[in-house]
Amino acid sequence: MDWETVIGIETHAQLSTVSKIFSGAATRFGAAPNVQACAVDIALPGVLPVLNRAAVEKAVRFGLAVNASINPRSVFARKNYFYPDLPKGYQISQYELPVVKGGSLLILVKDGEKTVRLTRAHLEEDAGKSLHEDFHGMSGIDLNRAGTPLLEIVTEPDMRSAEEAVAYAKALHALVRWIGICDGNMQEGSFRCDANVSVRPKGSAVLGTRCEIKNLNSFRFLEEAVNYEVRRQIELIADGGRVVQETRLYDPDKKETRSMRSKEDAHDYRYFPDPDLLPLAISAESIEQIRSELPELPQAKRERYMHEFELSAYDAGVLISSREVAEFYENLIRALGGGYKLAASWITGELFGALKRAGLEISQSQVSSVQLAELLQRIQNNAINGKQAKEVFDAMWNGEGDAEAIILARGLTQISDAGELEEVIDRVLAANSKSVEEYKAGKEKAFNALVGQAMKATRGKGNPAQINEILKKKLAS
Amino acid sequence: MPNATLKQLSLQLAQKKISSTELTQFHLDRIARLNPGLNAFVTVDAARSLAQARAADAQIAAGKAQPLTGIPVAHKDIFCAKGWLTTCGSKILANFVSPYDAHVVERLNAAGAVILGRTNMDEFAMGSSSETCFWGPVRNPWDRTRVPGGSSGGSAAAVAARMAPAAIGTDTGGSIRQPSALSGICGLKPTYGVVSRYGMIAFASSLDQGGPMAKSAEDLALMLNVMAGFDARDSTSLERPVEDYTRLLDASPAGDRAQPLGGLRIGVPKEYFGAGLDSDVGAAVEAALAQFEKLGAKRVAISLPNSALSVPAYYVIAPAEASSNLSRFDGVRYGYRAPDYTDLADMYRKSRAQGFGAEVKRRILIGTYVLSHGYYDAYYLKAQKIRRLIAQDYVQAYGQCDLIMGPTSPSVAFGLGAKASDPVQMYLNDIYTVSANLAGLPAMSIPCGFGEGNMPVGLHLVGNYFAEANMLNAAHRYQLATDWHLRQPAGVE
Repeated sequence: MDWETVIGIETHAQLSTVSKIFSGAATRFGAAPNVQACAVDIALPGVLPVLNRAAVEKAVRFGLAVNASINPRSVFARKNYFYPDLPKGYQISQYELPVVKGGSLLILVKDGEKTVRLTRAHLEEDAGKSLHEDFHGMSGIDLNRAGTPLLEIVTEPDMRSAEEAVAYAKALHALVRWIGICDGNMQEGSFRCDANVSVRPKGSAVLGTRCEIKNLNSFRFLEEAVNYEVRRQIELIADGGRVVQETRLYDPDKKETRSMRSKEDAHDYRYFPDPDLLPLAISAESIEQIRSELPELPQAKRERYMHEFELSAYDAGVLISSREVAEFYENLIRALGGGYKLAASWITGELFGALKRAGLEISQSQVSSVQLAELLQRIQNNAINGKQAKEVFDAMWNGEGDAEAIILARGLTQISDAGELEEVIDRVLAANSKSVEEYKAGKEKAFNALVGQAMKATRGKGNPAQINEILKKKLAS
Repeated sequence: MPNATLKQLSLQLAQKKISSTELTQFHLDRIARLNPGLNAFVTVDAARSLAQARAADAQIAAGKAQPLTGIPVAHKDIFCAKGWLTTCGSKILANFVSPYDAHVVERLNAAGAVILGRTNMDEFAMGSSSETCFWGPVRNPWDRTRVPGGSSGGSAAAVAARMAPAAIGTDTGGSIRQPSALSGICGLKPTYGVVSRYGMIAFASSLDQGGPMAKSAEDLALMLNVMAGFDARDSTSLERPVEDYTRLLDASPAGDRAQPLGGLRIGVPKEYFGAGLDSDVGAAVEAALAQFEKLGAKRVAISLPNSALSVPAYYVIAPAEASSNLSRFDGVRYGYRAPDYTDLADMYRKSRAQGFGAEVKRRILIGTYVLSHGYYDAYYLKAQKIRRLIAQDYVQAYGQCDLIMGPTSPSVAFGLGAKASDPVQMYLNDIYTVSANLAGLPAMSIPCGFGEGNMPVGLHLVGNYFAEANMLNAAHRYQLATDWHLRQPAGVE
C-alpha cells in the first residue's frame, strides 16, 4: 500500500525582548541560576503579572509578515498544571482568542514552491528549567527562563514529508530572524519545534491518528524524528496494529522516538481567562504603525530580485536566505551601481564557498561588500579577468589588503590591448596548426584548446572575451 | 483615648499632646491584655512597631506629618509586609516572611502609619466566621462565645475591642463588610480597581479588593485616601485622578441644615427583606432607613431580580479562581513542605494535604471541578453570564436611586461552631454582600443598632462605581445624628 505522511508543526519562538513577558526581569541567556528571576517569576504570594507590550509588538509583526489577521481583542488564559519549574502552577498563555489568526508561509521544496497555512500564533510565557544532574538525587530548579516571552506558531497539517517539514521550519526560522522577533538560536532553545505526525493510505481524506514529537531543537533532529516516526507508524499499521495518540520524545543518540505520555494521561489544563490580566486590545493604528516599520519581507525581495534584476529563482532564493545575505547583496549592487547578476554569482559562488570553508556567517565575512564591489568593478571594466579576480578575492580574504593593492602587488593586470593580443594569437595559431585544422574540420573542442593556449601565452592576463573574439575572426578568415 | 477617632488622634499627635510611640505602646498594651481572649492578632512585633512609631515622631517633629503619620493600624495577615510573617491564616504559609511590601502597605508606610501587628483571618480569606484560621478562631468582643464574622474577623475584632484605632482588610464576597457588621464597626470595600491588589495574597482575583476598617465613616475616608491609587504593578488597577474621599464630609450641606441628605435617593431592594432575614436585623435596618429619611433622603423601592443567583454564581467563580491562585503553594519554593515524601507527586500531595485546611481544600475541589473539561460551560461560563446579569441589575437600579441600602448580613453574629459543619448555611451569610463584588461596586457596612443577644447589626450601603465619597458622606451624616458607631463592647474598657 502507498502511504501519505501528514505533518503539522507547532513552533515555540522566544521573542527577543529585553525583559520578560509579565515581569521586569532580564531575559539574557546563560546567567547564573535564578539571578534573573524576580518576585513575579518565582510566584511569591501576592505578586501580579503586567504585560510587556514589546512582546505584543513582536507578535503583531509576525502576524503581519505572514499575512495573518491580528485580533483586535485577544485573551490571556491560565493553563493549569503542577511542575516544579512552573512556579505559579499555571502557565499564562492564550487559548480561545490568540493574538494572531491564520496566515501562511511559502516554502521551497524540490518540486518548487508550496504554501503552508498557519492556524494561529499566540503569546505565552516559558517555564523554568529542572536540573536533574549534580544534585545527588535531588533536582535543582532554575527560574531564569520562567516568564520569557514565547510566540507559539501553529500550522495546519499541510506538510507531506520530512523534507517539507524541514523546509517549513527553515523558512519560519529565517522569517522570525528576518523581522527581528527571535534570535533563532536553536542550541539555546530560542526556536523549538513540535511535530504532529500521522500517516494514511494515499488518497484517503481522513487523517490518521497523530503522535506529537516534542522539543525538536535542530532541523536535523526534526528530519530524523519525522522519518523515524513515519516508518514506525507504517510498520505498526502494516503489522495489524493501531497508532495510539500520544506525546513522544526523540532520542537523537538512538535515532528513535519513544512514548512520553499517552492521551489518557493527558492533563486537563482547565484553561480559563486570567483574571489578573485585562483582555489584550490592539488598535488599528498601532497595527498600521507596526506595518509601516516592517522591513521588506523575503518573498517580496525574491520576486523583486527575479523581476527587477533578472536573477534566477535559485539565486534569488539563496540571496533571501537571511536578511544579512540580502543586505550584503543590496550593499554590493549599490556600491557597484548595477552588476546584479555578477554580484549574485559572486555571493552565491566565491563568497559562500569561502564562508563555508571558514565556518563563518556572512556577518563575519572577511571581505566586506565595499571591498568586493571594488574587485567586481575591475572585472566590469576589464582591468582583470575572472580567474585573476578569484585570486584577488582569496588574497583579500586572507587579509592582504584591498583589490587595488593586491592587483598592483601581483601585477595582475589584464591584457585588453587588441594589438598585443593579436600578436599573441598569431603566434599561437602558428604553433598549433593541428588544432586549427581540427577546428576547421568541425571540431569545436579545438577552439577551446586554442583559447587555453592564448591564455597561457598571456600568462593568464589576457581578456578571455577579447581572445575569443579575435580567434573567431582569425579562424574565419 | 481608645475611642478617639483618627482625626482626633491626628490632631493630638500634631499638637504633641501624645507621641506616636506612646499611642503605639498604648495599643500594644491593650493587645497584650485583650488579645489572649480574642485571638484577633496572630503576629505582634512591638520592637518593629515602636521603631516605626519613633520614625513617625521624628516626622512630626520635623513638621512633615501627614494625616495618618504616627497612627497605628492593624494589618490583615493577607497583605505582604517586608520582614513580617505573612501567613494568610494558613499552615502552608506559617513560616513565610515576606521579602516585599504590598502596594497598600507601601502607601501606609509612606504616609507614616505604624504597623501595629498582623490580624487573624479565615485561611486564605475563605470563610465568614474567622473559624478556619490555622491560628485558631477569633472571638467576637461583644460576646466571646460568638464569631466576629469573616474573613477579616481579626481586623474587625481588633477595632471593636479598641486594640487598634483602624485596620485594613480584604473583601472578596463580604470579608470586610460582614465582620464589620457582626463586630459593630465600619468597613468599606472600594470599587474594584481603586485599591491595588499587588502584594495582597490572591483569593479570587476578579473579586478581591482591599479596604479600610475603622470606627467611623470619617476614619474610613482618611484611610481610603492613603490606600487608594493607581499601581502599575496591578493590571486591574485603575488610573484615575486622585480623589479626596473626605471632601464632602466637612462641607455644610446646601439647604436645610437638619436635612443634610436632602435629594438623596436610597434604593431599597425588595429581595433583601424577604425570607432568610432575621427580624431583629430587619427591624434595626428599618429604623436606620427611617433615620436616613429624617435626614432628608428619599426611600425608593427597587428590585435586583437576579440577586438570588449571586451566591451560587459567586461560589462557582471565586473557587474557580482560587483553585488556580492557590496552585503556587506547592512546597517547592517557600512555605510548608511535608517532611516525608517518596517522589515529586507525593511531595505535592502531602504538602498540600497537610498545609491546607478543610475549607480551602473544599474550595479548591469545587473550583477544579467547575473548570474541568466538560463542566466549564455549564458552571464557569454560566456563572460569568449571571455575573453580567447581576451587574446589569445594578445599572437599572442606579437609574432610580443614588445609593442602595439593606442589611449587611441576615443575622447578628452566631455562636462559634454553629455553622461550621454546614457550608451552605455559612455561604448564605454572604447573600447581601457578594453581588457588590460580582458587579465591582463600592459597598460598606456601618453599625445601625443591636439585635438578638445585644449583638451589633450592620447597615449595608452599595454605591454606583466610584461613589465612595458620596457613600461615605451619607454614612457620615447618619453617624453625626446617631451614636451606634460609638458603642463599644463591655469588658474592653
